Amino acid sequence: MRGATHAKWAAGAVVVALAATACGGGGSGGGGADGIVSSSWGDPQNPLEPANTNEVQGGKVLDMLMRGLKRYDPKTGEAKNMLAEKIDTSDSQNFTVTLKDGWTFSNGEKVTAKSFVDAWNYGANLKNNQKNASMFSYIEGYDQIHPKNGTPSGETMSGLKVVDDKTFTVKLNQKFSTWPDTLGYPAFAPLPRAFFDNHAAWVSKPIGNGPYLVDSYTKGSKLAMRKWAKYMGEDKAQNGGIDLKVYTDNNTAYTDLTAGNLDLVDDVPASQLKNVKADLGDRYINTPAGIIQTLAFPYYDAAWNTPDAAKVRKGISRAINRKQITETIFQKTRTPATDWTSPVLGEAGGYKAGLCGDACDYNPAEAKKLITEGGGIPGGQLKISYNGDTGSHKEWVDAVCNSINNALGNDKACVGGPVGTFADFRSQITQSKMSGPFRAGWQMDYPLIQNFLQPLYYTGASSNDGKWSNPEFDKLVDRANADTDKAKAVADFQEAEGVVRDQMAAIPLWYQNGSAGYSDRISNVSLNPFSVPVYEQIKVG
Amino acid sequence: MGRYVIRRLLQMIPVFFGATLLIFLMVNVMGDPIAGLCGDKACDPATAAQLEKEFGLDKPVWQQYLTYMGNVFTGDFGTAFNGQKVTELMSTAFPVTIRLTIVAVLFEIVIGISLGVVTGLRRGRPVDTVVLMLTLIVIAIPVFVTGLLLQLLVGVEWGVIKPTVSPEAPFNELLIPGLVLASVSLAYVTRLTRTSIAENSRADYVRTAVAKGLPRRRVIVKHLLRNSLIPVVTFIGTDVGALMGGAIVTERIFNIHGVGYQLYQGILRQSTQTVVGFVTVLVLVFLLANLIVDLLYAVLDPRIRYA
Repeated sequence: MRGATHAKWAAGAVVVALAATACGGGGSGGGGADGIVSSSWGDPQNPLEPANTNEVQGGKVLDMLMRGLKRYDPKTGEAKNMLAEKIDTSDSQNFTVTLKDGWTFSNGEKVTAKSFVDAWNYGANLKNNQKNASMFSYIEGYDQIHPKNGTPSGETMSGLKVVDDKTFTVKLNQKFSTWPDTLGYPAFAPLPRAFFDNHAAWVSKPIGNGPYLVDSYTKGSKLAMRKWAKYMGEDKAQNGGIDLKVYTDNNTAYTDLTAGNLDLVDDVPASQLKNVKADLGDRYINTPAGIIQTLAFPYYDAAWNTPDAAKVRKGISRAINRKQITETIFQKTRTPATDWTSPVLGEAGGYKAGLCGDACDYNPAEAKKLITEGGGIPGGQLKISYNGDTGSHKEWVDAVCNSINNALGNDKACVGGPVGTFADFRSQITQSKMSGPFRAGWQMDYPLIQNFLQPLYYTGASSNDGKWSNPEFDKLVDRANADTDKAKAVADFQEAEGVVRDQMAAIPLWYQNGSAGYSDRISNVSLNPFSVPVYEQIKVG
Repeated sequence: MGRYVIRRLLQMIPVFFGATLLIFLMVNVMGDPIAGLCGDKACDPATAAQLEKEFGLDKPVWQQYLTYMGNVFTGDFGTAFNGQKVTELMSTAFPVTIRLTIVAVLFEIVIGISLGVVTGLRRGRPVDTVVLMLTLIVIAIPVFVTGLLLQLLVGVEWGVIKPTVSPEAPFNELLIPGLVLASVSLAYVTRLTRTSIAENSRADYVRTAVAKGLPRRRVIVKHLLRNSLIPVVTFIGTDVGALMGGAIVTERIFNIHGVGYQLYQGILRQSTQTVVGFVTVLVLVFLLANLIVDLLYAVLDPRIRYA
């Protein structure tokens, strides 16, 4: 017993010593409009340049820092004019862009037509290695400065012309009626001269025209954004600034939130979903985002490219119990998919609940019948490939296989095929080395039905990983892009989506939600359709 | 002595090249790093080819290795995928991890050796039994369990410390992570010291020192401890390298942006430059720590001489 008392004393002493040393530290000062919000962040994968940022961590910074011609409404996802006064076209191919007056960058430079044209030419040029270069591929002359092989033959795209300070024209290489709605994508943001004159300095402390400016940036650990008082947009910051803190692990960020050390976590770890209600109550957000998960198939493998294989794919789809998996494994942070788009598009934008029909309903008996009619699973066994390093894909792939095995009454019908790293997984896909279905995820670039269909299923499209090809689908997409009426375009895209359904080009699994949690210090927190917090609306205190 | 040191330093060269080559090959077999850079989308082939050229990934591996080593000798460790120089990453990561390692090693020395001396002199007594059981428990529990538990108790429930370490990572914030990192080694140090002390306390020279009437304190510190420390110093020395590299778990739990974090990121993103660069430096640290241990032998026991 004596030993125990000693231990207690020792523990007490350690605690006192720690208490003495652990005080101080950065409490963020003040509330109200000057309060600073601290938020979790992941180290961006690429340098912070608009046309080089293709993941959500860098994207959220650009969303605070830059404003483009259009901006997607944080609630509805609708593309609304931001810097654009108007974007006119008569033929869906030639556009005239007129800018609003009075916008400047935070260093005082005026935002002109040239700021856009220079930025777009920079982003598209092969020399600059910009990972979003293909965003500019619809503009005429893209092939010259971004050739498939060899070196660029010029510096600028012939489709872009500056008319005067406030006007520029764009000529596309094909008809694309909803093209103006793509302009809210961060890659289309304007850039100040400072970007071109001293690139290294700009990247270490970016200058933009958004509601926030960069106060300090310590790469890999912290980015302090402060409200820009002279911002001329209507979406002014309602807080004093945002401190983005890099976390090595989203579990650690969550721990910091529960300890009152952090205000906002925009990615609640799966392992905490069980506790999140008890920990945060209604300060937990779980709303749909523009992300859909599917199973893609290798159509370059002859066995999957037969007329009968469509039946097999439908059978597999019917053998997956989506409802059960989303509830037990994902704790309702996913919603069973019933079409190939996302609910964030809204009815008018092209989302159509139930478009998939029977083919997405769980029915083991029908599943078995369809697969048998279709000649059985090619090769006798379904192997679903996924990357094992991130994103806890193993759990759901195993569950999907389990569901398929149960339906077919054969415990070897489906197995998971883990690939060590994400990079290896992606390189196997791009080299067309998949022998069976593989996990595919699609996060929209902009809230348009076009973005959920064309890049994924059009012949030869950039993200058509399964190399699916269907002339009727292509024809319908071309027609939809040529429509000048938006409602008509959406209807045509939905017709094209019908072809995807009939052929079961890819099996839709579920829509992903964005999840976030916040402290009681802040309020008015919401996630936009890209599952990024709407930072400028957050109120402190 | 001088010749010995030079011989040891020369031996480091093949070890150094062998280790870096191995790491280089291992990172390279993991697949195409560029493919992972574009997220779930396929990289545009022209841009991917351009990036490969820029990072030198289009050349055969042996050529990549030669170029890399050539650059390393001019102090150029290449560029990570996020555009930062690897040397820049090192200059932020290493100081943090070195501080963490210092805290951990201090815990090992102060707590580990004191407990070892106390228990070694009181073999079979209750104190000895209690400490032995405690160390057994510590060794048996994985570091991430101790780490998460301490973080939850001291950081969240009692609010004594902040559960995570700030980017500057000052010493006072590193106390608990350092203790967690040191915990297992600390238990080993205790046990090693205890055994060594227990053994040597029956030695002739100790009996002589006591018989001469030297104060007990002097007998223990000057005669007994000094001779008992050799195995402990060996252990702590090799542990320095292991602690620096093995801090991945602790750094992740407490959000410390040190070497472990950078290595983890580098592996996840398959950034050859980052991984090879950091491991190269770690190999050097390990080799140097071993050299210092060997030299310390001679200080502790003058009978050990290196010609």
